[in-house]
Amino acid sequence: MARSAASSIRRVASLLTPLALALPVMVMAAPGARAVGMPQLDFSNPLVIGQVVWGAVIFLVLYLLLSRSALPKVEAVLTSRRQTIDNDLDIAHRAKAEADSAVDELHQARRSAMAEAQANVDKVIEDARLAALRQTQDMNARLATEIHEAETRVAAARTAALGSLRQIADETAQVLVRQVTGTSVPADVVARTVDHAATARGL
Amino acid sequence: MAAGSTIDALGQFELHPVLGGLGEALRFSQSPLMMIVASVAVLAFLYVGMRPKAVVPGRLQAAAEICYDFIHNMAVDTIGPEGRAFFPFVFTLFFFILAGNYLGLLPFSFAFTSHVAVTIALALMVFVLSVIVSLKAQGAKFFAHFMPAGAPVALAPLLVPIEILSFLSRPVSLSIRLFANMVAGHVMLEMFAAFTIMLAGLGLIGDALAVGPVVINVALMALELLVGALQAYVFAILTCIYLREAVAH
Repeated sequence: MARSAASSIRRVASLLTPLALALPVMVMAAPGARAVGMPQLDFSNPLVIGQVVWGAVIFLVLYLLLSRSALPKVEAVLTSRRQTIDNDLDIAHRAKAEADSAVDELHQARRSAMAEAQANVDKVIEDARLAALRQTQDMNARLATEIHEAETRVAAARTAALGSLRQIADETAQVLVRQVTGTSVPADVVARTVDHAATARGL
Repeated sequence: MAAGSTIDALGQFELHPVLGGLGEALRFSQSPLMMIVASVAVLAFLYVGMRPKAVVPGRLQAAAEICYDFIHNMAVDTIGPEGRAFFPFVFTLFFFILAGNYLGLLPFSFAFTSHVAVTIALALMVFVLSVIVSLKAQGAKFFAHFMPAGAPVALAPLLVPIEILSFLSRPVSLSIRLFANMVAGHVMLEMFAAFTIMLAGLGLIGDALAVGPVVINVALMALELLVGALQAYVFAILTCIYLREAVAH
């Protein structure tokens, strides 16, 4: 690309150069223009060559000052800026990485805290459920015991009642027999008869 | 400069000794004086501009850095990695010519680039440098460039002289281009300025008409600002191209 640009510059320049060269000539040929040569081509004037010598010296001094002092100064500033920017970018990259890892840690901590909290909640619920279950079981067991005890007591009372019933029945039967017949019947006969009768009635 | 009805368009290019007898003895005219002014201006621009050494540059520092980057990129992009070594030379060349062109646009000043002796000296310096670099980088292979690759050997008697002529015409075209551009611009400025003075001598109508050349001169001044930068750029980029060919293997 540079080559084509250069060749086009050269082509344009080669077209323009004769034109530009012709202009001063035309000016000199113009009516009214003073018919003298161009001062630039008056090489008999020592000042014309003098400016070349001076120019060489000045150009050399300018070149030395620029290449040794002025341009390295610019280069140093540009280099230090590049380094500063690179350093700052490094710091920024590091800070970003740290921030990213901190955010990750935060997320991790949040996740684990949430899991822990959930576990705690689950545990409390489970505990409560177990406690309630145990309470219910205890209650049931107590109730069962009480019912059993009550039944035992009822049974005992019934047995006791039934036991005394036989005795009352025996005594009643004996009294009745004595009252009705006027004789007393032996106790064991009465008992056997009452037994027999009770068994027959399913008592 | 414009006296009566004649236009002395070339008198502005005459050299006069400055500093009286000392200048005459040392052949010191206004041309080297302007070279010194241009050099001081370029150096002051860089020194003053880069004094803050700020990471975030101000206007002047940014301008100095842009100039540095502009020439640095031009040298490295055109010449290649070896361009780094030639960068200070191209920088000096570009800004010496640019400052010379622009100083010439100031009133009572002088454009040393309008002297063919100066431009041919600059062009010969570039030419000799490129030949030295060519011989150093390529040795005897440098002379092979005068025979275009792939051309029939039978055409060599025709092609080789043409190539040599084209090579030798480089410093001529390089120097004449800059010289002619600067002379043409200054002659045109001088002529239109003279028209204004001549028209102003014609009375009331002339006073009115004299505005025309002034307007043209304002436009010409803009054109000369463009030409001054463009010619400095052309000189620098052609120098880079010659050096690229010199270092290319």
